[in-house]
Amino acid sequence: MEIFGVPSALFGSQLLIGLINGSFYAILSLGLAIIFGLLNIINFAHGAQYMMGAFVAWIALTRFGINYWAALLLSPLLIGLLGVVLERTMLRKLYKLDHLYGLLLTFGLALIFEGLFRDQYGISGQSYDVPELLQGGINLGFMFLPIYRAWVVVAALTVCFGTWFMIEKTKLGAYLRAGTENPQIVQALGINVPLLITFTYGYGVALAAFAGVLAAPIYQVSPMMGSNLIIVVFAVVVIGGMGSIMGSIVTGLGLGLIEGLTRVFYPEASAVVVFVIMVIVLLVRPAGLFGRTA
Amino acid sequence: MQSNMSALERATPLIFIVLFVIGLAAPFFIYPTFLMKILCFGLFACAFNLLLGYVGLLSFGHAAFLGTAGYVCGWMVRDLGLTPELGILAGTLAAGALGWIFGTLAIRRTGIYFAMITLALAQMVYFLALQIKATGGEDGLQGVPRGHLFGLIDLSDNIAMYYLVFAVFCIGFFIIYRTIHSPFGQILKAIRENEPRAISLGYDVAKFKLLAFVISASLAGTAGATKTLVFQLASLTDVHWHTSGEVVLMTLLGGLGTVLGPLVGAATIVSLQSELADTVGSWVTVIMGAIFVACVLAFRRGIVGEIMALVRRAGIR
Repeated sequence: MEIFGVPSALFGSQLLIGLINGSFYAILSLGLAIIFGLLNIINFAHGAQYMMGAFVAWIALTRFGINYWAALLLSPLLIGLLGVVLERTMLRKLYKLDHLYGLLLTFGLALIFEGLFRDQYGISGQSYDVPELLQGGINLGFMFLPIYRAWVVVAALTVCFGTWFMIEKTKLGAYLRAGTENPQIVQALGINVPLLITFTYGYGVALAAFAGVLAAPIYQVSPMMGSNLIIVVFAVVVIGGMGSIMGSIVTGLGLGLIEGLTRVFYPEASAVVVFVIMVIVLLVRPAGLFGRTA
Repeated sequence: MQSNMSALERATPLIFIVLFVIGLAAPFFIYPTFLMKILCFGLFACAFNLLLGYVGLLSFGHAAFLGTAGYVCGWMVRDLGLTPELGILAGTLAAGALGWIFGTLAIRRTGIYFAMITLALAQMVYFLALQIKATGGEDGLQGVPRGHLFGLIDLSDNIAMYYLVFAVFCIGFFIIYRTIHSPFGQILKAIRENEPRAISLGYDVAKFKLLAFVISASLAGTAGATKTLVFQLASLTDVHWHTSGEVVLMTLLGGLGTVLGPLVGAATIVSLQSELADTVGSWVTVIMGAIFVACVLAFRRGIVGEIMALVRRAGIR
């Protein structure tokens, strides 16, 4: 069986990889968008926090024998807590300054985290076994579908849409959206905006850590796993524009798929295709696909 | 306040003369290669500062200009047999052209988006450098000959090479200084302070930003091409985003929007790196990150900025 002259198994598996990458793009750019919405800061440490999420899971398993399912909860909590501490002690001092200082601070933090983990674990990757429940795969007839990979897509999308639901449909989400529009008035209405900001940063960081745990069995767990990914995610964010939550999810998934397709038809370009799309979008629609002109 | 400011300004030519003399004498006291590295990164940081310090645009992709110019210069000198001065010129022009492309795209957005766009474009350049055969991939371009300046002066002598680098630095520095202190520079500062107002005064802001970006990129290229000649190597490190981050750190540490700050920052970081490389290994990244955090949280004026503030305060008393 062939699709556009490409064996369907190859086509399917590349599309699946694209879908998985897209899920990671979606969940990471979602976190960036939420943080940016309320804090006006681009969290450069997002990649490092994703990496630490994966490492916490790996350390939990190898040192303490804590299994994957517990790590899926524990790691985002721990890294999210670290995010809360960072926000309370450092980021908070920068809100009155130019937004670029937030970018620079989180860049410095990213260097510190990556340096520390590289010193401890070296640059070679550690492998993390797929949990027993999700081992093996299903033969779909035209391709072989590893269960874990299907699980990653389902889990990532569930979290993404759950977040969307929370922001768009709940009271807390309403506060958050109002705070994004005009924090002063929300504060004047008696809502604890600083607490909301802390919570938001913690949640965005926890999303990154969650993605890290999901990624651990697929990619090698290594100190540098986040830094190259985060630059692609930045391009995704530029393409989508940070105005809309659903926009970041859709853009992330779509670009992952396009990347997968490029790997089938023109593998050499797969590393740069997202950047090329970014250039085209900037020329045609500078505010991004879902962005508002600001 | 006004008279104190002018006191500082009156001292400026004196400071430049002293620094120039130090620069002339330095290779007889300090290892020339080390000095050349400082001057190359100093020019790189000064070029970067023109954009961030005076136009308020944070480019997170300046490594692309440094690296591309290095590759172009290395390729022309080694494989086409060009003389070193033509190699530097070619590198500068190549970086300027790339800067025009980057600039055209990136100035469509401002602030944080500008930083992310330049970073993403530079990453694209990195991937291209990794895949294209002409750059030598992971190996880079090795064994680039220093050659003979104007076909006459042998640059394999470290002292001769040093004076070429020093001359290149001085020319680049002068161009930046003149740009900042020209009417053009005043408009750049106006854009930094209040862009809508500059637009309402009738200035074509996009054009000014683009020109500043091209100047900055070209001079970053000059630094990169010169660096390739000094170390006889053009490598992937120079196009990596780590280098883009490093130049931000140098500028921030030395003093954002000060004329001499980037040079001081570059000298500090380069010295620190060579001190630390032997003793602490991979902790260098951690220390660089910590300096970053400290600068942003508590030391935003940078070294030169703090000194200037001190002098001003002393003047008042």
